[in-house]
Amino acid sequence: MKILVCISNVPDTTTKVKFTDNNTKFDANGVQWVINPWDELALTRALELKDNAANGITAVSVIHVGNASSEPTIRKALAIGADDAYRVNAEPTDAYNVAGQISEIVKSEKFDIVFCGIESSDFNGSTVGSMVAEFLDYPSVSAVSGLNIENGQTVITREIDGGKEVVSVPAPFVAIVQKGIAKEPRIAAMRGIMQARTKAIKVSEPVAIDSLTEIVTFELPQPRAKCKMVDAENPKQLIELLMNEAKVI
Amino acid sequence: MSVLVFTENWDGKFKKSSFELASYATKVAEMLGTTATAVSIGNVDDSELKSLGNYGVKKVMCVKNDSLNVHDSQTYTKVIAEAAQKEGAKVIIIANNNTGKALAPRLSVRLKAAIGSGVNKLPLSVNPFVVVKRAYSGNAYAQVALKSDIKIITLAQNSFELIETPNDAAVEAFAPSIDASMVKTQLKDVQKQSGKILITDAEIVVSGGRGMKSADNWAPLSELANLLGAATACSRPVSDEGWRPHDEHTGQTGKIIAPNLYIAIGISGATQHIAGVSSSKFIVAINSDKDAPIFEAAQYGIVGDAAKVLPQLVEAVKELKGK
Repeated sequence: MKILVCISNVPDTTTKVKFTDNNTKFDANGVQWVINPWDELALTRALELKDNAANGITAVSVIHVGNASSEPTIRKALAIGADDAYRVNAEPTDAYNVAGQISEIVKSEKFDIVFCGIESSDFNGSTVGSMVAEFLDYPSVSAVSGLNIENGQTVITREIDGGKEVVSVPAPFVAIVQKGIAKEPRIAAMRGIMQARTKAIKVSEPVAIDSLTEIVTFELPQPRAKCKMVDAENPKQLIELLMNEAKVI
Repeated sequence: MSVLVFTENWDGKFKKSSFELASYATKVAEMLGTTATAVSIGNVDDSELKSLGNYGVKKVMCVKNDSLNVHDSQTYTKVIAEAAQKEGAKVIIIANNNTGKALAPRLSVRLKAAIGSGVNKLPLSVNPFVVVKRAYSGNAYAQVALKSDIKIITLAQNSFELIETPNDAAVEAFAPSIDASMVKTQLKDVQKQSGKILITDAEIVVSGGRGMKSADNWAPLSELANLLGAATACSRPVSDEGWRPHDEHTGQTGKIIAPNLYIAIGISGATQHIAGVSSSKFIVAINSDKDAPIFEAAQYGIVGDAAKVLPQLVEAVKELKGK
């Protein structure tokens, strides 16, 4: 079985967010780019599954839709342990377009399991994974917090309101993963970093797919009013404020 | 033409979030000069279905089919897409919860409909159709134009008020063209906790961080939560340490919530934590470090030790709320 992990290239999660061009573009000046945190967990789980030979995973690939400037992030995924990578050479315009590009590669390269993180930390859409599945007419399982292979069958744990369900779907399928899928993201070792230099990044040109959305403008959240401090010797005052001023309890 | 809203049920009942969706759909329909129709999947009785009418929905399409007892995203998507086509829906509204996140993107591809996800207010305009969504994990908002003929909105929970516009909703059975062979998801086991207030449903959340010092110190926090009818939550280090279960972790990589009141106790307020709670209407911070970043996100704060402040808060609630 072959696994494909979809990778988004996002600003480091501690980045101070700013915009340029009349608030229509993210200000990338001085920004550190990283693998989207959930995609990193997805990659980690894929590699853990491959580590156990009994699971029969023959390769773990990653895919990214983006221009050449995102290659350091792809190399990082290779250094962590992915066998090879695909890059669709296109500026990502919207989720529909990105998902369409990924589906084309899945179709031609025939992956059995496609992993996607629940959302990207920049656009917070939570859309690409399920869109890929619908483009391909594959089953998809969302909110996945555990995935194992038992006797050749995938056993998936998904989160539901107030609990969990254990389900299985036949391959090929898309798993949209979240917290719990792997404990800690795997970190690249020196050997992996050396090997990554020679691993292949297969670059392809995008197919013609529409974009259905367009960013009009970004806005920064309104700064919150200054915090009203209550004396630690008189916490009762806090409860009074919440009852009479904020009126939330 | 109409606005279609998918109202999920939980063991045959709707929740407050279902009525928020109905209220929202009714308002969007007004903006478009049309009416809202709800679609419900599963065994929900007529009086419950009709209750959606209290929030302005004119018609409820009710799908009862045993093949749909297991949540299978592919099949559910087919059902909602068929309902949308039958209604000539121009806008489809779904909750931005686990179910909505599983279905809305599939519908988007199936109907070639642009999607605005995690939207927290009414569209700014309908021609062009512009919605506002959360971006950069709560550090920004994006105005997004949805350019396709059909549009999909997933509505963030607790972001829209209930608006009662009572009317007698017509309940109609709807039989989509699906059968059991389409359902690829096989359910093997369900583990449900009962009786616990869900963090994502709660209007008040009381949350503890490393400043709680140990798992053994949680009793007064839980008591405060009980008195306030609140859910309990925690920061990432707390769930990583195993002091509290993982499903209580709020923050960027855990649960993203928007309660009316979020009380953060002994939580310093790392960017990643704030990202998960910044949509709360009010944030209260209790922390021994006066320079902790949580105070920048909070409206009310106490600089003090959790172990000392918490029991006094419990007493104050008992006294003032008469419990």
